[in-house]
Amino acid sequence: MYPRAPQVMRRLLSRHDDLPVRDGETLLPYGLGRSYGDSCLNSDGVLLSTAALDRFIAFDEATGELTAEAGVTFAAIIDLLAPRGWFLPVVPGTKFVTLAGAIANDVHGKNHHGAGTFGCHVISFELLTSDGQRRNCSRDENAELFEATIGGLGLTGFITKATIKMMPVASAFLVGQSVRFDNLDEFFAVAAASVGDYDYTVSWIDCLAGGHALGRGHFLRANVASADEAKGRRKPLVVPLTVPVMPPVSLVNRLTLKAFNTVYYQRQQRDVVQRLWHYDAFHFPLDAISHWNRIYGPKGFLQYQCVVPRAVQHGVSRALLREIEQSAQGSFLVVFKTFGRIRSPGLLSFPVEGATLALDFPIVGPSTFALLTRLDAIVAEAGGRVYPAKDARMSRESFETFYPRLSEFRKFMDPGIKSDFSTRVLGKNLCSGL
Amino acid sequence: MQRIVIFGGTSGIAEATAREFAKAGASFILVGRNPQALADICADLKLRGAASAESRIADLSDVAVLPALCKDIHNDMGIVDVALIAHGVLPGQPRVNDLDMETYDLLQVNVVSPCLLMVGMLHIFRAQGHGHLVVLSSVAGDRGRPSNYFYGAGKAFLSTLGEGMALESIGSKVRVLVVKPGFVDTKMTAAFKKGALWASASDVGAAIFKAVSRGKNGVIYTPRFWQLIMLVVKNAPAFIVRRM
Repeated sequence: MYPRAPQVMRRLLSRHDDLPVRDGETLLPYGLGRSYGDSCLNSDGVLLSTAALDRFIAFDEATGELTAEAGVTFAAIIDLLAPRGWFLPVVPGTKFVTLAGAIANDVHGKNHHGAGTFGCHVISFELLTSDGQRRNCSRDENAELFEATIGGLGLTGFITKATIKMMPVASAFLVGQSVRFDNLDEFFAVAAASVGDYDYTVSWIDCLAGGHALGRGHFLRANVASADEAKGRRKPLVVPLTVPVMPPVSLVNRLTLKAFNTVYYQRQQRDVVQRLWHYDAFHFPLDAISHWNRIYGPKGFLQYQCVVPRAVQHGVSRALLREIEQSAQGSFLVVFKTFGRIRSPGLLSFPVEGATLALDFPIVGPSTFALLTRLDAIVAEAGGRVYPAKDARMSRESFETFYPRLSEFRKFMDPGIKSDFSTRVLGKNLCSGL
Repeated sequence: MQRIVIFGGTSGIAEATAREFAKAGASFILVGRNPQALADICADLKLRGAASAESRIADLSDVAVLPALCKDIHNDMGIVDVALIAHGVLPGQPRVNDLDMETYDLLQVNVVSPCLLMVGMLHIFRAQGHGHLVVLSSVAGDRGRPSNYFYGAGKAFLSTLGEGMALESIGSKVRVLVVKPGFVDTKMTAAFKKGALWASASDVGAAIFKAVSRGKNGVIYTPRFWQLIMLVVKNAPAFIVRRM
């Protein structure tokens, strides 16, 4: 069984309240708890939930500036504003994230090459710290704290509300293509040919294909559909699916994975297929299956996401995929895309220009952890990095190698806040910076 | 456009219900004690589609002012289509040997105040010829249980009062809805351990919106499975109920 964190949950009932700091207690800001790793756990401490902070505060139809409380979800923002022609400028692969959680993890999406991370679209936020201070943070005010908090994994304080810039959209649909590619070189060719013309790009890769087919998959590229292109289209009826119970063992194993990946890859026979997607189907396909994580059984899974710099992306991506293919581990949920060069204000922001690979690994045993340690080494050697928001096992040394601005970040860590992630890779005794 | 007054506007269930009506473009007066919280909720409701939302600061435990408050609100709104009475507290069970002012205050807030507002608003609705009176009661009123019979007795009073008013209103355009939620995850119940029977405030809010939209007159349990649970509980023998 997967380890469990002994912790208690409390809610901040109003954004005007102070942080409930009690002697000897450590807090961790908590949104929806969807982070894959231990950055949303606080063993022997308190999770301070933003669940009660779910109010909208202001929206300016002229500028697209939205102010809302920390716990407002992307789902709620989209439900409210998509019908009025506004969409979030950056969305991750699920809409079950909170506004503050998206800032704390500096989430990215399929439009990174043109839009950067979510942090690039944050105008300001209010931060409560355990010393009782309440600060407004923006590029002009408390700018260093602003930068430390974006991608700061909740370790710099508790965000109560934030103002972001929404993006005008002409429709609720995306129009584009699905392009089949037979190997990694073709992927990079399609990616290079696509990023100029398409705002959104992402690929699925068959992680079990080796040899000449290494890195084969499907490349999706799309733009928001114009009102004309979306004319007459209505949101498709989606049958809510669920994985109702936890199977006793993982349903993802060598056999099922091989079968699924082959069928899925061959499903598209033509090289290019024209597609039109509703935003839910394009951005949030997994949200349609509740409790999908249960398919991995009681041992659970590790998600791994890394990025390697553009200069070495061909060779290093090949090395990573070969390592995974030879281990015969992995899952059908494999995402590959290229990040652009737009820099996030976040000190610990994950994306850098290059190629990023994200995939699930059902936990088989020590071999799974060993594989990820080998991947870490390849990534570190290449000058890349691993995404903390999804990590549950990287070493302190790896983390320090991946994030050279860590020493700057430490100065802004709130001594009253910790997470299992920070204890693991940053160390309790080193947090007394403020 | 529906014109709605909510007494106890910062209640979790009231806010969730208001969000549903806001989506449909309603206009609101929210009555409560906390100006900041009410202002926050009003801003949120307007963003969600409310035609207007204003707060009215009043201490609803000050029962002497309630009849005048009802009249003022009616004058301000012109017509009131829906009145939701949602205020109340969930205290620990008072011990019978220290029946003191705290118990009196509890009865004032949970019983006398909503009772006067129900009477006041019903009177207004009858005079204007229509209106939907909605009162938040609780499944706790269906049976006296050792753990919370003071709270339960207050809710029983409201349920019975509301049911009587509903039956009396048959044949008119006035409706009275008694809402009996089960366990609901709100700030009132923040300290409780939550299990499978717990519903979210937004589930209950959606159920109330649906019932009002359909012109429901009478009693609803929400979520609906509580009707079945309470049927069993109401008929359960004493030796079981005393352990609940």
